[in-house]
Amino acid sequence: MKTITILSGKGGTGKTSIVSSFASLADKTVIADCDVDAADLHLVLNPTVKKTNPFSGAKVAEVVPDKCISCGLCEELCRFDAIKLSTGPLPVYEVDPIACEGCGVCEWFCPTQAIELKEMPSGEWYISDTEYGPLVHAKLGIAAENSGRLVTVVRNFANGIGVAKELDYLLIDGPPGTGCPVIASLTGVDFVLIVTEPTYSGLHDLERVIKLAAHFGIPARVCINKWDLNEEMSDKIEDFAKTSGTPVIGKVPFDSNITRAQIDRMPVVVFSDDGAATSIRALWTALIKEISNNSKPIPENV
Amino acid sequence: MRIAIASGKGGTGKTTVAVNLAQILAKHYENVVYADCDVEAANGHIFLKPEIRDRQSVTVAIPKINQNRCDGCGDCSKICHYSAIIVLKGKVLLYPELCHSCGGCQLVCKPRAITEVNREIGVLEEGRAGELTYIGGHLNIGEASAVPLIKRVKRAIGRNSISIIDSPPGTSCPMIEAVRDSDHVLLVTEPTPFGLNDLRLAVETVRTLKIPFSVIINRYDIGDKKVEEYCDEEGIPILLRIPFSRKIAEVYSHGDSLIENIPEQAQIYERLAGKLVSNMAVAG
Repeated sequence: MKTITILSGKGGTGKTSIVSSFASLADKTVIADCDVDAADLHLVLNPTVKKTNPFSGAKVAEVVPDKCISCGLCEELCRFDAIKLSTGPLPVYEVDPIACEGCGVCEWFCPTQAIELKEMPSGEWYISDTEYGPLVHAKLGIAAENSGRLVTVVRNFANGIGVAKELDYLLIDGPPGTGCPVIASLTGVDFVLIVTEPTYSGLHDLERVIKLAAHFGIPARVCINKWDLNEEMSDKIEDFAKTSGTPVIGKVPFDSNITRAQIDRMPVVVFSDDGAATSIRALWTALIKEISNNSKPIPENV
Repeated sequence: MRIAIASGKGGTGKTTVAVNLAQILAKHYENVVYADCDVEAANGHIFLKPEIRDRQSVTVAIPKINQNRCDGCGDCSKICHYSAIIVLKGKVLLYPELCHSCGGCQLVCKPRAITEVNREIGVLEEGRAGELTYIGGHLNIGEASAVPLIKRVKRAIGRNSISIIDSPPGTSCPMIEAVRDSDHVLLVTEPTPFGLNDLRLAVETVRTLKIPFSVIINRYDIGDKKVEEYCDEEGIPILLRIPFSRKIAEVYSHGDSLIENIPEQAQIYERLAGKLVSNMAVAG
């Protein structure tokens, strides 16, 4: 099985529209939505949820008011400014659950054991069926931490399904940015496709993601979405991508069918036959060719 | 006064709104700050082209072990909830990228074998773009946590300023750190199923944080009416509807300012700034 993560750096370049189309084009595939704090893939793949699993990632400190002697040591030791004296009638300390990073320093040092670390429910993850293959997806709890760990759970489970069912591809819809959930969605994958757009912002963020893939030693290729919105900038991106050793392997035109397909809740390649749909089909063909070329064993004398 | 521009879904136009709003405010008020907290994909500088006057390395504290003093007791590994410090056969192993800089290991170490050293996670830039003060952070590639850098960007904002915070997308820790302690959050969305789904998540998050908020619908004529219906049902004010225009997309793609290149855009942002300032004045 080949594992492919689709990334962008900049948000809103069209990752999810492209991944949903790939899902319908790939024969034997499992799909993982690793953009866990703004997951959208389920909106176009229409999954039937088979199993819902709780996720508790983060721990948060809690003060037991009866035991607190208001010595203030916890406030002094907390580096996250998460503990303050309450403004209520009793002078006890309180934890701000949003600022608390669950480090447990206050719990360890509290002289009266008045602080307990509690596991917080931090979301749910789902194993679902879609008409294109199994989908593993998640919903991070509101204001919950640890999206990176939830991404790891989703990615690992989808990988397990792919191996068990002897599928050909694991398609991972990655989050924007370059931080912990992105790194978690890259761990152990075979290939990265970066979706960008012909703008300065797109180019700037593309540069960062190319470096990130290189940092982890994962081969990457680039796709320019809405390439015809600024042809000059598209040329610039193509040159840049080529020089970076991560060439552009597909260009998708601006096409209002992408939005229409989303509103009709289906991948654009199912919704229409021309325009963006044609280019995404060509992109998928080019991508699997690149992946198979890349997996050829390196000759020993090189 | 601090206004955060956030979104849930990426690419809805946060930076466009933040940059243009900040530029308009700077024409009318002194001490206006644009703070780029989208440190994993910071793009504000592309449009503002600030003259950078100060660039500093931003670091976090990580433990350093003096193996000669260490007695291998393992207390440091017991207090660490992030598996950043592990003791195997009396030898201490460090995983700096997992460390949250809580200082716990140093505090529990009886033989005082642990000190703290600085590790760079990114850079902080400060400068001027015309009347506007620019502050922005760039997270180093391969760095997992944006939160300490976002905190640092926010600390650089002076008192008594009018600041515009350009938040990262999503609803997890970086977004929360960026919008926390703002007086108002503007949620920028687009009228599509993805836009609506992610707007709902962002609304729930901002409500949990108890910050007043309103919505801007970008490219409001490209999709359906569901975002408007949702805002109506929830009683969420829609402050601005920006139509799709090839002209806007083109100016944006070149990294140019909308208010300086499209007169109607300048008027739109004047009105937005007026609404925001009068709302805030009413709210006290």
